[in-house]
Amino acid sequence: MASNPMYQFNVYRIGPEIKLGAVDISFTNASLFMVISSLAILIIFNLGAKKKTLIPDKLQLLSELSYSFVAKMISDTAGSKAKPYFSFIFSLFMFVLFCNMFGMIPYAFTVTSHIIVTFVLAAFIFIGVTIIGFMKHGLGYLKLFVPSGVPMVLLPLIVVIEIISYLSRPISLSVRLFANMMAGHTMMKVFGGFVISLGIVGGWLPLSFSVALTGLEILVAFLQAYVFAILTCIYLNDALNLHH
Amino acid sequence: MLKKIVILLFVTCFACFNTVFSAESGGMPQLNPEFWVSQIFWLIITFGILFIVLTKVILPKISDNLETRKSQILENIETADKQKEESQKKIDEYEKIILDSKLKAKSYFNEAREKILDDINKKRASLEKDLDEEISEVEKELSDLKNKSGEKINKIAAETSAELIKEIIGEEVNSSSIAAIVEDQSKINKERKDV
Repeated sequence: MASNPMYQFNVYRIGPEIKLGAVDISFTNASLFMVISSLAILIIFNLGAKKKTLIPDKLQLLSELSYSFVAKMISDTAGSKAKPYFSFIFSLFMFVLFCNMFGMIPYAFTVTSHIIVTFVLAAFIFIGVTIIGFMKHGLGYLKLFVPSGVPMVLLPLIVVIEIISYLSRPISLSVRLFANMMAGHTMMKVFGGFVISLGIVGGWLPLSFSVALTGLEILVAFLQAYVFAILTCIYLNDALNLHH
Repeated sequence: MLKKIVILLFVTCFACFNTVFSAESGGMPQLNPEFWVSQIFWLIITFGILFIVLTKVILPKISDNLETRKSQILENIETADKQKEESQKKIDEYEKIILDSKLKAKSYFNEAREKILDDINKKRASLEKDLDEEISEVEKELSDLKNKSGEKINKIAAETSAELIKEIIGEEVNSSSIAAIVEDQSKINKERKDV
C-alpha cells in the first residue's frame, strides 16, 4: 500500500463519476491539484496586481518580480517578436512551477509527474509553434531542417536528423518534466520508507538524505518549470526568427 | 568496527529495497490510461481559465503597475532635476546679490571716504586761505607799521629836538628845518645801517 513508492502517483476519483458520452471526465485528485495550483496563482497574482503603490508590498513585489523575470527570459531567448506570447509562457511557467511546488507538500499530488499532463502541454506547444512558424514563414519554415553551411553529401542525413529532432521535441519536453518529477518523488518516498524500516537506530542516515533530497527536489521543481518555459521560448524563437 | 557498520547498513538497505519493491504491483500508475481523458479535460479547463484570467485581467494590471512606476520614477527624476536647476539658479542669484551688495558697500564706503576727504580738503583749503589772508593782513599791517614808524620817529625826533633846542637855546627854531635835519640824519642812519 503506502510503502509502495509509486502509490503516490495513483489517480483516483473524487466525488461522483462524471461521464461525457462514453468518456470518463470525473474529478480526480489530479484535477483537484490542477484547480488548487491555478487558484493559488490567480489569488497570489491578483492580490499582487491589486494595489498600485509606488513602493510595492510583498505580494506586489513577488508578482512584479515574476513578471519581469519571465519577460526577461522571453526577450533574452526569443527576442522582441515573442512579446505577444508572453502571457501564455507566463501562465505555462507559473502553472508548471505551482504544480511542482504543490507536489512538494507531503501527501499532495504532483500533477506534472504524469506523462499525459506534460505531454498534452508539450504537444500543444509543439503544434502551436509549428503553426506559428508556418504562418510567419510559409513553406520557408521548412528551411529549419536544412542548416546552412553543411556539405551536400551530408545534407540528406542532416535533414533526416533535424526532422527527427524536431518531431521528438514534444516527447523530450514532456518526458523531461515528467521523469524528473516522478524520479524525485519516488526517491523521496523510497528514502522515507528506509527511515521507517530502519527504525530509530539506522533511520537517521536515510532521514538526513530525505532532508537533503527535499531541498534538491524544491530546486528541481523550480528548475524544471524554468527549463520547460525556456525550451518553449527557444522553440518559439525558432519559429519567429528563422535563421538556422 | 566501521567496516562492519558500513556492511550492515548496506545489507539492511538491500533488504529494505527488496521489501519495498516486492510490494509493488502493476508498475507506473502514469501509464494507466483510465483517467487520461479526465486529466486532459481538467488540464484544459484549469489551464485555460488560468491563461484567460491572467491574460485579460491580471497581467495587464501588473504591466500597468510597472509602467506607471517607471514613468512616475522618471517624472520624479525630472522634477528633481528641475528643482536642482532652480535651486542652482537661486544659489547663483543669491551669490550675485551678495556680490552686488558687497560691491555696493565698497562703493558706498569709497564715496563716503571721498566725500570726507573732499570735505577735509575743502576745509583745509579754506582754513589755509583764511590763514594766508590773515597772515598777509598782519604782514601788511606790520609793513605799514614799519613804514609809518620811520615817519613817526622822525616826527617825534623833530618835536623832541625842537623842544630840546627850545629848552637849551630858549628860542623857537623853524620846525621845518629841524624836520629836514632829522630826515637827513635818519637817512644817514639808515644808510649806515644798510652798510
